[in-house]
Amino acid sequence: MRRRTKGLGLWIYTFIALAFLLIPIVYTFVFSFNDSGKLNIAWQGFTLEKWATVCTVQGLCEAFGNSILVGLTSTVLATALGTLIAIALVRYRFKARSAISLLLFLPMATPEVVLGAGLAAQFLTVGVEKGLGTIILAHTMFCISFVVVTVKARVASLDPALEEAGRDLYGSPGQVFWRITFPLLVPGIAAAALLSFALSFDDFIITNFNSGAVDTFPKFIYIAAARGIPAQVNVIASAVFLLAIVLVVVAQVSRAARAKRSSAS
Amino acid sequence: MATSSTKSGASFAESGADLELTGISKRFPGFTAIDSLDLQIPAGSFFALLGPSGCGKTTTLRLVAGLEEPTAGRILIGGKDVTDTKPFQRPVNTVFQSYALFPHMTILENVAFGLRRRRIRDAVAKAHEALALVELDHVSSRRPAQLSGGQQQRVALARAIVNRPALLLLDEPLGALDLKLRRQMQLELKAIQTEVGLTFLHVTHDQEEAMTMADTVAVMNKGRIEQMGAPEELYELPRTAFVANFLGQSNLFTGEVVAATADAITVDVGGVPVVVPRARSQRHSGEVAIGVRPEKVTLLTEAPLPQAGRNVFGPGRVTDVSFSGVSTQYLVEVPGAGELVVFAQNMVFGPVVQVGAEVWLSWNADHGFGLDDDPGTVPRFVPDASTESIAIQRRIALEEELEQA
Ligand SMILES: Nc1ncnc2c1ncn2[C@@H]1O[C@H](COP(=O)(O)OP(=O)(O)O)[C@@H](O)[C@H]1O
Ligand SMILES: [Mg+2]
Repeated sequence: MRRRTKGLGLWIYTFIALAFLLIPIVYTFVFSFNDSGKLNIAWQGFTLEKWATVCTVQGLCEAFGNSILVGLTSTVLATALGTLIAIALVRYRFKARSAISLLLFLPMATPEVVLGAGLAAQFLTVGVEKGLGTIILAHTMFCISFVVVTVKARVASLDPALEEAGRDLYGSPGQVFWRITFPLLVPGIAAAALLSFALSFDDFIITNFNSGAVDTFPKFIYIAAARGIPAQVNVIASAVFLLAIVLVVVAQVSRAARAKRSSAS
Repeated sequence: MATSSTKSGASFAESGADLELTGISKRFPGFTAIDSLDLQIPAGSFFALLGPSGCGKTTTLRLVAGLEEPTAGRILIGGKDVTDTKPFQRPVNTVFQSYALFPHMTILENVAFGLRRRRIRDAVAKAHEALALVELDHVSSRRPAQLSGGQQQRVALARAIVNRPALLLLDEPLGALDLKLRRQMQLELKAIQTEVGLTFLHVTHDQEEAMTMADTVAVMNKGRIEQMGAPEELYELPRTAFVANFLGQSNLFTGEVVAATADAITVDVGGVPVVVPRARSQRHSGEVAIGVRPEKVTLLTEAPLPQAGRNVFGPGRVTDVSFSGVSTQYLVEVPGAGELVVFAQNMVFGPVVQVGAEVWLSWNADHGFGLDDDPGTVPRFVPDASTESIAIQRRIALEEELEQA
């Protein structure tokens, strides 16, 4: 009897926690179908119209496109640089090794406002005009730290004897990297890239300091909030969310299929 | 089957090449792992590098493979100086201690890796052939993680052998296997070496394994080669106390040389004259260390008549008897000489004497040996459970088994 009440308590707790996590997402999704006017706060009735007219809102799709562009570019840059740094930090013994390890933590520990303002001041001093380029630079900078930390763990778990075996089996340094090191690091690199994209895509603070006149999706919403957020914003947010869900499901299913195949053989 | 376009310059070796190390030293920051090592391994031989853990065996192999650079000295393979070349430029392959199979490739891809890198034709067919040699062709599409330890070991061997290296390096390849599998793999490795005719450099800390498999054994200690030779030679005529006790057991004594003839020296061991052939002694005057193997010593229950050419100790007292089927090991305390160990074949049922019995010990003077060590540093014989002098018998038995197989 006591056991059942305990079980029930756990269920209630789980339900509340999940509801707490999911209500904002559900709200966003539902209100993308709201037949609202300028203000998307009270339910006015169901419509598909907002999904069909996403890009009619001035600047919205452009901001979204900028976010995707910045996200992809800074992810590629940060992942490539961060992976190389991670390999160097784990594999090679050099003078400033531990100092660099420590310094790479700093951007993660520093408040974003400080980071964003500091960077903006530097751009001003050097005389670089703010725009897409400066956003990409800023995002690459703070993503590198996260990439290094993620990939470093993977490199550390890699048996150095595998690369030595590759060299012993007539692999040139390039072949050893692309055929042995890289494939074995892919799970870590992929995780780092996803993390980078997510961080870049929803960054507002640093972007706001370094974007000049260019809008990104988060910046657009922030500015729109002053006048009332159009339901089309909910449409894009919901679409991104659905895409993420689909990606996760596909990844899980294909992994399960692979596991099944390799255990069957 | 070498193609002139191979970048490595290494080719499919028709037969093994000889390896020569001259004055090789390897110093790590604050630690000398290898100290001016000289070593010659003849082509086509099965050579074992035997030594306790941490004596520098793996480091030696890594130097030969090119995975580590020597601090000093030259490395020659087949007469060619390879000291300054990269690993992929050397006609050498390694079976790693941890096997180091590529986890993201199938067994077949693992084995074909070296062939593909050198653009050798029919890589897949050759890989299948090598897998068939180690009887694992049926698992060629699996991944390493789906194989047992023994199977992984054989894949590692196939992956190295398929390249027909002039020199194959094996770093304790059987260390992770259980006893039965290890024994079986010892025979298989030896058979494969005979079949492919390559030079094998096999590293191990297991003296039995080294003696069973190798044509030549080099005993290594603290980064130096203590002694090198055929297993029988090392066993019958150890030159240092380390070799005498690392390969099997030995009874060691120290004493002053009191007489010397053209054929023999006589050493005073606690008042008892012990004769050792001059040819079997490293030192011929002053304080010396000498020894005799436990199975060469005969146990007597009565004082023997003095006889030329035999050394006698006694009377002593039996302090321990341990019966092990084929033979019995006796520990005998002899005043003045210390504790001696004696192996006796069990010709009758059970031990011939019991603990506490009064016995005499005798051996043919031709069987003794004189060591090169400074007598002050030679430890008295310490029975060591990890060393067994039945290794020679095991080797003979295994060789017979091999011939029948
Ligand atoms: N990279 C290294 N740096 C410092 N010391 C090392 C290094 N590699 C090996 N050593 C030391 O060299 C000695 C010999 O090592 P190793 O050749 O692996 O011995 P073995 O294979 O005979 O057990 C050991 O004491 C080990 O600690
Ligand atoms: Mg080792």
